[in-house]
Amino acid sequence: MKNLTVLLLLLSVSFGVVASEGVELQKASNHLGDNASLQRGAKHFVTYCLGCHSIKHIRYLRIALDIDVDPKKVLKDIAPEGANIYDQLHSAMNAHDAEKWFGTQPPDLSLIARSRGADWLYSYLKSYYIDPKSPRGVNNLIFKDTAMPNPLWQLQGDQYAEIKKNIWGDEYTNLLIKEPGTLSGGEFEIFINDLVNFLVYVGEPVQLERQRIGKYVLFFILMFIVLAYLLKKEYWKNIH
Amino acid sequence: MKRDRITECNDWFLQRFPLTKLWNEHMAHYYAPKNFNFWYYFGSLALLVLVNQILTGIFLTMNYKPDAKLAFDSVEYIMRDVNWGWLIRYMHSTGSSAFFIVVYLHMFRGLMYGSYKHPRELIWIFGMLLFVALMAEAFMGYLLPWGQMSYWGAQVIISLFSAIPVIGDDLSLWLRGDYVVSDATLNRFFAFHVIAVPLALVLLVFLHIVALHEVGSNNPDGIEIKDSKDPWGHPVDGIPFHPYYTVKDLVGVGVFMLFFATVIFYMPEMGGYFLEHANFIPADPMKTPEHIAPVWYFTPFYAILRAIPDKFAGVIGMGGAIVVLFLLPWLDRSPVKSIRYRGGIYKKALFLFVISFLVLGYLGTQPATPTATIVARVFTAIYFGFFLLMPIYTRWEKTKPVPKRLTTTHSLEEQLPGLIEEIIHLKHGSTEIGHAAFKGSFFAIRPNPTGIRNVISRLAKNVKGSLN
Repeated sequence: MKNLTVLLLLLSVSFGVVASEGVELQKASNHLGDNASLQRGAKHFVTYCLGCHSIKHIRYLRIALDIDVDPKKVLKDIAPEGANIYDQLHSAMNAHDAEKWFGTQPPDLSLIARSRGADWLYSYLKSYYIDPKSPRGVNNLIFKDTAMPNPLWQLQGDQYAEIKKNIWGDEYTNLLIKEPGTLSGGEFEIFINDLVNFLVYVGEPVQLERQRIGKYVLFFILMFIVLAYLLKKEYWKNIH
Repeated sequence: MKRDRITECNDWFLQRFPLTKLWNEHMAHYYAPKNFNFWYYFGSLALLVLVNQILTGIFLTMNYKPDAKLAFDSVEYIMRDVNWGWLIRYMHSTGSSAFFIVVYLHMFRGLMYGSYKHPRELIWIFGMLLFVALMAEAFMGYLLPWGQMSYWGAQVIISLFSAIPVIGDDLSLWLRGDYVVSDATLNRFFAFHVIAVPLALVLLVFLHIVALHEVGSNNPDGIEIKDSKDPWGHPVDGIPFHPYYTVKDLVGVGVFMLFFATVIFYMPEMGGYFLEHANFIPADPMKTPEHIAPVWYFTPFYAILRAIPDKFAGVIGMGGAIVVLFLLPWLDRSPVKSIRYRGGIYKKALFLFVISFLVLGYLGTQPATPTATIVARVFTAIYFGFFLLMPIYTRWEKTKPVPKRLTTTHSLEEQLPGLIEEIIHLKHGSTEIGHAAFKGSFFAIRPNPTGIRNVISRLAKNVKGSLN
């Protein structure tokens, strides 16, 4: 732990402005209607992400209502200790410290799924590899020189990239896990999908609701069109 | 007794206000040509969208905070915590794109049927002023969510003014109220977006319609229906706007709402075109996005700006692309209005113009690579060629004789039975070739009753399943 802190303190300033370096994104297979997956995702988020990233635009109560879980259970199983059901998902990390440690403030993730997309998040979280040249010891295929260390390395295991040398320099491809982590490949896949699913949900909590209402609205408008058309036909029958 | 009171009140009001006169002049006794087609829905739809924008806008301002520190979060607050706030916000954001779709189609109708020509030049001028006001309204409204694209889009566009020689720098400083886009800019844009420009829009819509009702509507034949009148002084080919076009426009409203609601409920971002992905990141003056693109409805003009190498010349080009539209009534020298009676050159020119507008629109959303810039230059030349060469090619081309009265064209609904018959006939013909055994027998075209029943029951099941 001490080593890690030292490492973090030694981090150089890095701005992550470069997006997916032309690497093809993998498809996330998250399903918003799957409440069990959302529950797991919420739990994973609080365990692995909330340390640095907040989601300030959602409250525990809203999560409980939306994913159909008793609020007490949310406080017991998902929320960190001491959290109130009306609390937003605020990170405990001090912004000033974060700036010192990572060179940048970890962004709030309320809308990350809307700005980046599910596939990007899925690919990003899976594409860390060990890179001794990087100050954090890891690098990412999707987001080169990302300021974020890999919080999931224990689960995924040690992943390495194949290095191809060409005239433009080294090219990193084909990620391979050399030392397996605590989760198997399939389990890790489910883990990431659950996490991405949760982030997609918090990006726009109302999305399932609006799709549900949409059907009735469209049906009503169709009925309106039929009536309006019949009315028009009746009025216009003598116009030639 | 009671009834008399109501009539008395009515009379009291009508003696003091010309409601009947206004209603008759603009609705019940306003004669419109009877052959309006699909393209004539978009005027009333533009009005509908304007009303939608004003109403939803009023509700949005109740929770929006025009403050650089609070703006972004207040929009998310509307999206999540305000009851039905998400619906109001999506209606407003989708409405802005819908406004431009409807207005572009409305303008295209004018180009097709020569609606800008004598005696309707002033209607066109008012319409163009409306278009400019609408662009200002949309541009300033886009800054309000205070996302990355809002911020940097405004930064890029305002900095264009600094390209103007001598006064440029001071002008852009005066517009922003600061050296960069900041809280001061956000506040003044809010003021313009919610009151100044909407007032101008409503006033211009009023002038646009008054001017229209003074000279009367054009039509797909481009002839004046007032030239042939019946003994009572009504145009023979005209019908009262109310009830005929009010009920017809009601159908248009329904179909429009179907598309509008589909976008709101199922694709509010429209793949990043209606709500850009980068705008879900709060504005950060220290971090320039790698690719700045305006919203889709500005991209044709943005592509023209980028296509011209010199910055100031680019600004002139972009402004010129809009100014040249104002001059349209005087650039067009053709004796006929409608595309139906024009020669082939105008048709081809208009086709090329539409293509260039679409291609420029696409290029404006893409990063400016060298190839893209060359393509943009070619299509910028075509865009301006359409207008600037107009005095020549419209005078050259041979036009067809224009009829005295409206021609009867069949609407889609009238054509439908004939089309179906034709399809059945075609199918019948092909079956005859395919299955010689059935030749001449009625069997080959008879619908399969069990098949139809299966299809209907499957459809019913699916509908029921999706409703559950």
